[in-house]
Order: sequence, then C-alpha cells, then structure tokens
Amino acid sequence: MSLNPFPRSRNRGEGNPSNEDPRGDHTSEGREGVALEDQVLLKPWGQEATTAPGGDQAEQIHAIGPWSLAWRRLRRNKVALGFGCLFILLVALCFLAPVYSSDVAHIGPNQTNVTGTIKLNGKVTNVVSVDGIPIGPTLSSRYFFGADSEGRDLAVRLLYGGRTSLIIGAVATLIIIVFGTLVGLLCGFFRGPIDAILRPLMQLIWSFPPVILGVAVGTALALGGIGPIKGNSLLVPAVIIGVIYVPYLGLPIRGEVLRLGQQDFVDAARVQGMSPWRTMISEILPNAASTIIVFVPMMLAYAILLEAYLSFLGAGVQPPNSSWGTLISDGLQYIFTAPYLSLIPGAMLVLTVLSINVVGDGVRDALDPRAQLRIKT
Amino acid sequence: MAERLLDVEGLKVSFVTDEGVVQAVDGASFTLDRGEVVAIVGESGSGKSVSVMTLMGLTRGPNARFGGSARLRGEELVTATEEELEHIRGKEIAMIFQDPISSLSPVHRVGDQIIEQIRAHEDVSKAAAMDRAVDLMERVGIPRARDRARAYPHEFSGGMRQRVMIAMALSLSPSVLIADEPTTALDVTIQAQILQEVRKLREESDSGVLFVTHDLGVVADIADRVVVMYAGQIVEQGTLDEVFYDPQHPYTWGLLGSVTRMDREPPKRLPAIPGQPPSLVSPPEGCHFRPRCPHAFDRCTELPSLESRVAEAKEHLDRCWLTVAEKREKREVNGRIGLSSETVVA
Amino acid sequence: MARFIVRRTLSALALIFAISVVVFGIFEVIPAYNPARAIAGRNATQTTVNEVSRKFGFNRPFWVQYANTMKLIFTGQVIDYQYDLNVVDQFKERFPATLSLVVPAGIMWLIVSIVLGSVSALRVGRVSDRALMVLAILGVSIPVFLLAEVLLYLFAFKLKIFPNTGYVTFGTSPAQWAYHLILPWISIAVLSIGFYSRVLRSNLLDMVNQDFVRTARAKGLNQGRVFRRHVLRNSLMPIVTMFGLDFATLLGGAALVTETVFNIPGVGQYEAQAIGNLDVPPILVGAMFTGFFVALFTAATDIVYALLDPRIRLSG
Repeated sequence: MSLNPFPRSRNRGEGNPSNEDPRGDHTSEGREGVALEDQVLLKPWGQEATTAPGGDQAEQIHAIGPWSLAWRRLRRNKVALGFGCLFILLVALCFLAPVYSSDVAHIGPNQTNVTGTIKLNGKVTNVVSVDGIPIGPTLSSRYFFGADSEGRDLAVRLLYGGRTSLIIGAVATLIIIVFGTLVGLLCGFFRGPIDAILRPLMQLIWSFPPVILGVAVGTALALGGIGPIKGNSLLVPAVIIGVIYVPYLGLPIRGEVLRLGQQDFVDAARVQGMSPWRTMISEILPNAASTIIVFVPMMLAYAILLEAYLSFLGAGVQPPNSSWGTLISDGLQYIFTAPYLSLIPGAMLVLTVLSINVVGDGVRDALDPRAQLRIKT
Repeated sequence: MAERLLDVEGLKVSFVTDEGVVQAVDGASFTLDRGEVVAIVGESGSGKSVSVMTLMGLTRGPNARFGGSARLRGEELVTATEEELEHIRGKEIAMIFQDPISSLSPVHRVGDQIIEQIRAHEDVSKAAAMDRAVDLMERVGIPRARDRARAYPHEFSGGMRQRVMIAMALSLSPSVLIADEPTTALDVTIQAQILQEVRKLREESDSGVLFVTHDLGVVADIADRVVVMYAGQIVEQGTLDEVFYDPQHPYTWGLLGSVTRMDREPPKRLPAIPGQPPSLVSPPEGCHFRPRCPHAFDRCTELPSLESRVAEAKEHLDRCWLTVAEKREKREVNGRIGLSSETVVA
Repeated sequence: MARFIVRRTLSALALIFAISVVVFGIFEVIPAYNPARAIAGRNATQTTVNEVSRKFGFNRPFWVQYANTMKLIFTGQVIDYQYDLNVVDQFKERFPATLSLVVPAGIMWLIVSIVLGSVSALRVGRVSDRALMVLAILGVSIPVFLLAEVLLYLFAFKLKIFPNTGYVTFGTSPAQWAYHLILPWISIAVLSIGFYSRVLRSNLLDMVNQDFVRTARAKGLNQGRVFRRHVLRNSLMPIVTMFGLDFATLLGGAALVTETVFNIPGVGQYEAQAIGNLDVPPILVGAMFTGFFVALFTAATDIVYALLDPRIRLSG
C-alpha cells in the first residue's frame, strides 16, 4: 500500500533492535479488509483529504488525521491520564524545591543540624538523638520525612535530589532522541559506508549491559572529568546515560527507516525530484515520528533508572550534588535503624518511573491500537 | 418442504466501538440449498464478509452484538455455544479465505495443516489422515502431492496455496462451503483455475457454496443466484439471469454499468459509481443508497422494504420504491444498463 | 550447517576482539586513569610510581601494552592490579556462583512471563489483564538494588524468613543453597518478568488478529489448541531472541548489583569491585567473557529460530 500513515512496527515499545521481523509486511494487492478506523477518511501525510469525484459527502464523512485519532484515544485512557497528572505533580514539587526549602522547612538541603532540636508534640526533641539515631518522619513542616544522621531534612533533600535526577534524565533523553533519530535516519536512509560504520558501533554499545558500561565510564570520568568539564558536573552522568541509550533508539529507527524507504511513497517523492535530504525530512521522518514519540517516555524512564543505578554504585552524581540514587545509597547504611531514609527516596523514584511508564504505555496504545476493534468487512 | 440447508433471516451484526455502534449487517435474509452457488456481491463495507463469517461465529468478540437467525439444517448458529460451533466449523461449514499466504500458518507444513483439520473432527491415525490429505491435494490439482505435503506455505505459488486451502476446506465434505473472495489476491489466469475447482465441487458433491466477491465477472461465471449487498443491507436478490438481465436496484445498475466490456468501444472515462459508501455508524435516513442515487425521489427518505416487485418473479427481491416500469426505463443508458449517463460512456 | 558454525565462530572472535580493543581503549583515553599510581599506592613517591610504571609497561605504546595483556589473558597468567589475584582463576572459581544465581532465575522468569503474558492476552481489556499489566510495569520501575534491599529488609530482617546474605555452595547443602538464593532469584526475576510478560502479551495480541489464526478457528480447532499451536508458538520467537541476549550478559556478570547486595561471590561481584577500583584486567576479562557468551547464545537463538520458523534458513 502506498500511503501508510501508521506503519505497524512490531519492534515498537520494548526496544528490540536486532529482531527485524523476517516475515516482512503482509500487504497484498486488492486486500479488501477495511480496518474500522479507515471508515473515516484518513488523511495521508502531507496531503489534503480527497473526496471522490461527484460529491461532497460532508454530512457523512469527515477527515481525521492520525494524530487527532491518537490524541482522542489517549484522552479516553483514564489510567494513563491519572498517572500523567501524578508525574506532573511530582515534577512540579521537585522544581519548587527552593521554595519548599526556604519557606516551609526553613533549612537548606546540605545544611546539617546534628545538635539542633525541634518542638514535636509540644516536647522539645533532639533532631539526632544522643545515640546517633535521627528523628523519623514528623509529617509537619519541618523534617516532614525525618532527618538523616547529619540532621539534614530528608524532605528538602528529596526534592532537590529529585530535581537533579529529573534534569539528568531530561538531558539524557534529549541526547537520545536527537542523536538516536539522526543516526537512525542517516543509517537507514543513506546506508553505504555510514551504515557500515555506525551500525556495528551501535550494536557494540547496545550489547553491553548499560549498568556496567555506565559504571565503568562514570567512575573514570568522575575521577578526573574530561577536558574542561569537571568530574562532578551533572553533565557527565547525563551525557554518559544519553550516549549509552542512543542505540536503543537508533537501531529501531534505522530498521523503521529501512522499511519505510522501500515503500512506494518514497519512490513517488524521488520521482517528483525531491532531494534525498528533503525526502528524508519531509516524507520519512513524519512516518517514523510515531515510533519516536513512543520512545520518549520509555527512554526517560530508562535514563532516570540508570542514573539511580550509577549514583548508587558511586559512578553517577558526585558530591556535593545529590540525587535520588545517592539518597537511596546513603540511606541504605541505615536500613535497619532508619529505614525511611532509603525507602522514601526509593518510593519517590519508583512512583516517578512508574508514572512515566504508564503514560508511555498509554501513548503507545493510542498510537498503535491493537486487538480489540479491528474488523474486516 | 424439507428444511433448507442454510436459512438466514434478519441477521444483524453490530460492533461497539469508540466512535459509536457500527451496524455492519442490518437485517440480511437469504437462503442456500444443496448444490447451489449463491454469490454475495458488494463493495468494501457492504457487510458481505461479516455476514458469512458470522455464520461460523468468527466475528464473535466482546464488542460484537448479534440479532436475527441463521439456521443450518434447522440448527441455530447465531446463538450456538462456542463448543457447538467448534463441531460445525470445518465439518459442516468450511471456509476459504481471501489471502492464502496469510491464511495458512507459516510455521507448519501444509500436509500437517490439512491433517490438523481432519483429526480435529475424526478419530483417525496420522498416517491415515495424511493419506487422505494427499488424496485431497491431488484432487484439487496439486502435482506430486505426497512430496508437496511436506512443504511449507511459502514454498507454494499463490494459486497452489489457494488450492491447498480448498483441499483443506473439502477434507471433511462440508455441506456448506464459504468462499470469501478467494480469487481477489490472485491473478486472472489462476482465478480461472480456482473457479474451475469450485465448479467441479458443485458437480461432484452436494455442497452449497456461498461465494463472496466484488467481481461481477466471477459472478457471471459460476453463480446460480445473486445477493447484492450495500451498506449492511441486501438491496437485490434473485437468480443470475434475473439480476443480470432485469436488475431492479440502481446500485445493481451501477455495478453492472461499471463493468468495462471487451466487445465495445473503450470508454473515455472509466465508469464508476460516484460518491462513497455511507458511514455504518450513522447511515443515511431511509434508503442507504439515496445520497448516491441519481434517481432518488421524495419517497426514498422512507426505507424501502425488501420485496418482490416483478410480477413473474416471486423470488426476485429488491429494495427500491421505483415502479418496475420506471426501473426498466431509467436503467437504459446509451444502449446498455447503467446508473446514469455520467457513469457509462459507450 | 558447517558453514554456519565457521561463520559464527569467526564473528564471535571478531566480537571479542572488538570488545577487548574498545574496553582497553576507553581506559587509555581517560586522563584521570593512572594505574601505576593505583598500584603503587596513594602515598607513593613519584619514583616508585615510575618504577611500577616501567615494571608493568605502562609507559609503552598502546599496541604493545594491548598485545602483552592479551598474551597474559590467553595464557591464564593475567593478574589484577588491586589484589594481585590471578584474574582467570578468579573467574573460574566464581562462575559456579553466578551460574547458580542466573540459571534458576532465568528459568523461573521465562516460565512466569509466558504464563502472565498469556493470561493477560487471553483476558485482554478485563480487570485481570489491567491488574497484571500494572504489576508488570511496577516490575520494570523498581531498580534491582532497591528491590533487593527491600526484600532483605522485609523478609530477612523483619520477618526473619530468609537468611541475611551469603552463599552456600550446592555441594555443601542443596537445601541451604536454594534457601540462600531465593531472595536473589526473586530480585533478578521481577525486573525481567515485568519486561517479558508485556512483550509477550503485545506479540500475542498482534498474533490473534492474524489471518491464519482465523483459519485455525474456522477449521474447528478448539481455543486451547489454536492458542498453543498457532498463536503462542509464533509469538515466542522474539522472546527467544531477547532471552538469549539477557541470559548471556547475566552469565557474563551483569547481575553485579544483585551479587553485591546479597554478597554472592560470583563473577559479577568481582567485576563490580574491579570497576570501582578502575582495575583494568578483571574488567577486560569480564567484558570478553560476556562477549563470548553473547556470541554463543545469539548463535543458539538463531538456530532455535530457524527450527521454529521454517522460512528462515541459516545462511552460510
């Protein structure tokens, strides 16, 4: 079929780059099956909806682009929307960290307070007891989630750490999307020497377990940095994570572009005299766009998780910065005496990643709805 | 009168979707007798495939709703349990699908797939079933059948694959054979061979055949009776001669008019019925064909009933309010049958 | 078949070679990396450092160092910098522990994923499906180290059902061996179950709409048969590929987090320590070890694939 706004890619979603479907595409000339969605006239990419000669069927058929259809489906997915709101809430909270710190808790994230006291239920209590046990969650404005062994306010550190984790995740995801798409497009479209070099490179990176690769490079760079970037800059883990995951997007995009390149509409563009670059950008890219969009939440979740792993193993965020990963790692020493120190940052991390994943699933279902409603007339 | 082989009455099939309720089949009634070939004709979206698949319960799902009745020798199919249907499928009613490459399992050998059907219904040994499968394959004209039975679907050409499907469908001598556009995915020369197989089947056995197609040439070739469907409804029904030589519904005129004939001058424009089929979620009021019909008049806002209007042909039904005389006049365009002068260029 | 084996062996060797060069190269490029100082000790004088450097050949050109290291590895003589242990021996000693951890966990997660994915797909849209999928998503949202620690906290510390950490060899006591490994097995399995069951569900749902499944139903086969023989079999193939790769990397030491948290003396734990110390030889051997398994298992899955799907013929 020539004009296909939503190619169905089996590999979409859980990132399985080397598993190109050997059966290829099942399209036969004259297939009469009409998927339900095609009952309304789908607008192919870059063209106006056409009506057949002889009539304006306006009262019966209205053209809906594939993006609007997807958006409508997403809106109906209450669970995904709910978790989406949760995610936005968590992000907002983290970015309000400075406000929380100054106006609610009245203490900075790195401010220690070992000898301090607070008023709890009327009684004056030590923030850190004489045996070194810090105060647990008070659920009040100060030390809402409790204190750590240095008397620092966990809630404040949680929000600041969250900011770090989210920023690193976002930057890494940006790197992944930009470079993954670029590399995928170049390899899939131009093939030849570009592909011969980049593809094995991507496969090599892809074959390494991300944790090991990340820890190795992270540890090394944390020591001395690279060039003008210092070892404890936040850019270091962000770039490492970004580069590690580029193939996770690059390889599927490459596969998709390869497949799209064989479709008729590409030949049509070429015959019209479009330059290769223009074809790549204006014909192929929009059709690969749905794949890319599905990957965004997925990669964000992966990036945030990997940062936690790296920081836990000491190869990610370095002091004085803190992230959820470092908080969990620090807190684990006290798991028996003050479990909340690691469990609460852990819970925040899991909730955030969970929300992203649920929304990601929802986006994927909206863009590529399956099973339930495909009928053939 | 003894019960008919297949008696479908007021069959309704609808699907609940995000966009609304799609009324895929809206009260279809037709019959099939032994040894008959009934062709069901229509364009995409007419409901022809959904109708026949419903007979085998293949359209059942959480979103599907059914109404009306379909009786196989008196046994009700629409409300049959899944277990009852599993007994019927393959044994009493068998089906050939449109696209043989995707309709056969790619990872099982062809002979095994035929054996699977036989052994699902009869208690025979694998060896005996294989003998029967080879025999069937020979009967449908597959050379070196015993060797080819060990091959996989992708090792066959399109025509041969379709013959395999036919062999599989015939393996238990079903009373009803449903062919859902079996030749659409094949090229014309192979099409002729497949039709030959269907003709042979009709001669050699007692089965009734429901042949779903959009190709009038094929219909003319093998059908005894014709059912024309549009937007989920039957708009015309009758013997082959009745429908082809005395068509009573404008849609049928359009179909007949759009056939390009080799014994005439080639047309300046390819004839087509203008417009698009209507939405099945909110069909037009009254006659479903009204928006596209050049002969529509005020009565057409009332849904025409499906009944016989031609005096001498009690079994020739149609859904058009025009009188028979008006129909016979309006359908003559430039010396042949067609929808209107725009659609037929002599 | 013979051509297939030869081709695969060659590409495996190429892969291992490439890995070794890349890993070795990464450490050369990093400016802060100074193995001589690491070996000599933090407070050693510059002279000592220089001597160490000369002794180990750190001042020689890249290719010479690389060739020497490779020679040491393949003759089984390479020593790690930090603890002065023979790396190859360490790997040999530690591999059984990793095997004990990875193999049962792998079998467990494969079976559970297939069951969960199938149940979900068969009940698509219903509450049970949604619930299972949320659980699966939860599984991939929890970092392994967190899960491991939480499991330890709950079951070993609070409820005292399972032992704290540590490893008992199979030879000593099979019961104890399993008893100590249950929590680690769960830690590894949860993540993979979450991932695999969703992929399988997705493949199954794709499959259910395929024409040949409709044909199978039209033949009058009962639901169970249709599912097992047609739907499931076709859906398993991508899972097989993924499993091969995951399993291979785990055998090579990717379970390092679990091994570290539960104090299991496997190759992953060794590699984790080495990475933390920037100790190149174990890292290098570990990477090549992993590469070997990756090559082995991708070849194996390709064979399985060809067996399952006759349209794929092993190209020479």
